[in-house]
Amino acid sequence: MDITTETYQVTYDDTTQTIIFHGSLRLSGMEEYTPIIDLLHQIADQRPTSMSLDLRNLQFLNSSGINVLSKFVIRVRQYKNIALFIIGSKDIPWQGKSLKNLQRLMPQLQLEWE
Amino acid sequence: MMDNLGSWPILSNSIHPPVHGLKKMQQTFGDFIDALPQSPEYLMLGFSPSSIPLQQRWRNNGLSADFLADYFTTFFPIDDENPHSWTQQAEIKSAVSYVANELLENAMKFNDPSYDYPISIALYFSTDQLIFSLTNSVVAEQVETFQRYLQDLIQSDPQEMLLLQLEKNALEETSTSRLGYLTMMNDYGAKLGWKFDTLVDQNAPITTVTTMVQLAL
Repeated sequence: MDITTETYQVTYDDTTQTIIFHGSLRLSGMEEYTPIIDLLHQIADQRPTSMSLDLRNLQFLNSSGINVLSKFVIRVRQYKNIALFIIGSKDIPWQGKSLKNLQRLMPQLQLEWE
Repeated sequence: MMDNLGSWPILSNSIHPPVHGLKKMQQTFGDFIDALPQSPEYLMLGFSPSSIPLQQRWRNNGLSADFLADYFTTFFPIDDENPHSWTQQAEIKSAVSYVANELLENAMKFNDPSYDYPISIALYFSTDQLIFSLTNSVVAEQVETFQRYLQDLIQSDPQEMLLLQLEKNALEETSTSRLGYLTMMNDYGAKLGWKFDTLVDQNAPITTVTTMVQLAL
């Protein structure tokens, strides 16, 4: 289920139901994001009671990637019964600027900073 | 360093008459500074969009954006006695990298492949702001749709429009997310402007667009 490339890694820890992102995501358009979207959907569609996205090591995300995360948050919002946590890093400036938009889309979303 | 930017002419939503001696039409939208003064501190990169396939070129967007970001941190050195300087440098680096990458991605996606018109990105700075200027060709048939979008964008509340766009994107599969400009405006507080130039010579006209992004420091 894990995705490993030269520039980024997306792995799933099933003990904590956490999807962990590493590296820089600058893929071209939604087609190239498909493997990541599929992984996110695969976890959410099992309807866990809670799940987390750990972005503490995601150094860069382009606007197509922001679109992927936003669409995912809206999908989880529609499921109504999944508690969604997003863990960000205070040391990575783009996260402080852009992640709050996800909370605007889903006010119940728990945004945690480390 | 450049002089006070406050004295620069800012053009907005104006249509200019053709320039003397050359059939050229200009149109600007948003906050566009028409004549940047000569500055000793700038960096410009140029690309020939058709020289290698887009897929291979794509990697270059990130490399160029990171290079611009790294290069400009030289001018915002870390002062060991001022912890704020570390944060400031990291913020500037991240913002330059994001904006430059988005601009280059847009240019690679939307330039007119039938002309080998170069894509160029320049970054200027003064004591209080960074200015990005990116020029690329535009497909003639897409100019009107693009300009209508820009009209909506410059009249919008960026946060409201960003959230609407995110909700809209969740409902439909689109090849473009239309989030680049909106995130620059909303998340980074950037001011954006565009200038369209249509050059007519004996051949078919070529339209280019210069996108300008101003980031306060």
